[in-house]
Amino acid sequence: MSLVARHLEENGIPTVIIGAARDIVEHCGVPRFVFTDFPLGSPCGEPFDVAMQQRIVGVALDLLETADAPRITVQMPLVWTKGEAWKDTVFTVEQPFLSGEQIKNWEARKQRYRDQKA
Amino acid sequence: MTHVRYMDRIRDYYIAQGYEKPYRWANFEDVPFTPLKKPLSESKITLFSTSDVSVKRPEGEELPPEETTVGDVYSVDWDTPLDRLYSRQESFDRYATNLDDLNSYLPLTRLQEYVESGRIGAITDQFHNVNRGYSQKLMLQTAAPAALEVCQQDEVDVAILTPV
Repeated sequence: MSLVARHLEENGIPTVIIGAARDIVEHCGVPRFVFTDFPLGSPCGEPFDVAMQQRIVGVALDLLETADAPRITVQMPLVWTKGEAWKDTVFTVEQPFLSGEQIKNWEARKQRYRDQKA
Repeated sequence: MTHVRYMDRIRDYYIAQGYEKPYRWANFEDVPFTPLKKPLSESKITLFSTSDVSVKRPEGEELPPEETTVGDVYSVDWDTPLDRLYSRQESFDRYATNLDDLNSYLPLTRLQEYVESGRIGAITDQFHNVNRGYSQKLMLQTAAPAALEVCQQDEVDVAILTPV
């Protein structure tokens, strides 16, 4: 997604990313980034928390207006309601990121790409 | 607590699973920047995500190819009732969260509300999905130009991107 943001920006369209993987987005380098320190899957706020979602999107809109240079990250001052234990367990052997049917789908997706290239 | 270092975590995770070659994440020195051309209250905004959201279809009906081709961008009507949409994305932290509320990763209603309040001028008739792939070449040569094309067709002023 960072690559898409960069391409749009190179072609005259301002962008803002709302994301949860800070290191990956900043490693790539993007113009504007609202970082929500939440589990992958909820970058725009906790499920069904309308006020929080409005706030996060509002900060993204603010950043569009205030940024005057690239590589600006704004971190949302929010903590996941159920605590931060998820940070210790995501992508660990004890807690497989994908399993069973999901791995099959992931492999199938990779195969589709190989077929597309062929 | 500090944020998760996903690049390290993912590298170690896949090495432990026997994948030998670590993924090389995109990295650039220079970052492009385009300032807003007009106030947000006069701007048309669109939304891209990698949530692989689809309209619910009758059981057995296949997804159209553009929704499954890696590197493609497809579009969905923004005014589709939320209860007719669902995310097919499987790469998220299923132990910590869920994808039951689209607005937690695809803020369709939240942006509509900002249009209604006058904070932003308009949203496009459709929002868009980028079919994420691991190939940076594919994303640069296929997905990124396709995303630009839909922006230009819709005369978009600003794009919001929400990777899942």
